[in-house]
Amino acid sequence: MGEVIVITSGKGGVGKTTTTANIGAGLVNLGKKVVVIDADIGLRNLDVVLGLENRIVYDLVDAVTGECKIKQALIKDKRFDGLYLIPAAQTKDKDSVSEQQMVDLCNELRETHDYILIDCPAGIEQGFKNAIAGADKAIVVTTPEVSAVRDADRIIGLLEAAEIENPRLIVNRIRPDMVRRGEMMDLADMKDILAIEVLGIVPDDENVVISTNRGLPTVADEASFSGQAFRNIALRITGQEVPLMDLELDNTVMGKIKRLFGIGK
Amino acid sequence: MFDLKKFFSKKPSSSDVARDRLKLVLVHDRANCSPELLEMIRGEILEVLEKYVNIDSSKLDIRISNHEREFDGKPALIANIPITSMKRGQNN
Repeated sequence: MGEVIVITSGKGGVGKTTTTANIGAGLVNLGKKVVVIDADIGLRNLDVVLGLENRIVYDLVDAVTGECKIKQALIKDKRFDGLYLIPAAQTKDKDSVSEQQMVDLCNELRETHDYILIDCPAGIEQGFKNAIAGADKAIVVTTPEVSAVRDADRIIGLLEAAEIENPRLIVNRIRPDMVRRGEMMDLADMKDILAIEVLGIVPDDENVVISTNRGLPTVADEASFSGQAFRNIALRITGQEVPLMDLELDNTVMGKIKRLFGIGK
Repeated sequence: MFDLKKFFSKKPSSSDVARDRLKLVLVHDRANCSPELLEMIRGEILEVLEKYVNIDSSKLDIRISNHEREFDGKPALIANIPITSMKRGQNN
């Protein structure tokens, strides 16, 4: 029986879609069978982040309304064997899907897959309610900003009200240099304020932009710092204990070269 | 890089400011209670108490807190109201 995990944040633009794509690909690289679902109907994006935008025939609305078989709506990622995408519908609105339809879809997919990851739309309206309806667990993504953490706190409250217990936190786009200067909140601050378990921290990394340009998840990039962060997160989701990354790593070009050769931090 | 200006300035770091602002805004978010509402609650509590006791209003502390251990992180109305004396005629 697979596990359904919703990836949510409240605030937009904190990296939910990138996180979903990378965790999905990361889990596949660990030998899992994974479906990623884009629940952001009307503003689909997970397809382009994964580089699968040209392969869409059917979408989420087709799948839940019976326009097509669920199997037909699954787009197989040829680069990651075992990764499937159900894209959002682009021309319909959020009410085209009901909470019960999402529950049914998740229950069907969990029969044949290890993980079902749902990329939740921003906001707390119907789109959010649909996205969390079928979920067993939740991951809350935030960035070290007052607005993003505030929204994360609201989302944690709503998840608990919906009886999705113990959501876990990913803090995205941390800049260690700014934290060191006292110009950015650090992990301890956010952990203390939100009082939830931390699933992972992801450094701000230009490799994410570069790989997203190419439609490739960063997690496949062995040398990238953020890729390592997402690989660690995938491992933790499978139940392995992996210590949090040391963000003080030397992330200059020279530091990366040293790391490639296995010397230096 | 060592920043002399920052070293000598008494301004708190922006991350401290962010953290404090966040904590404050969350107190109200979580309690679903605006500062105005809290002010009204405070006013009415005092009105009732002042019928019976004299209060040292300079040391008054009424707030909503999420950090009380016994309430498990749920919002609680915390009130410390120092009484200077009982009002006459209350003991008989």
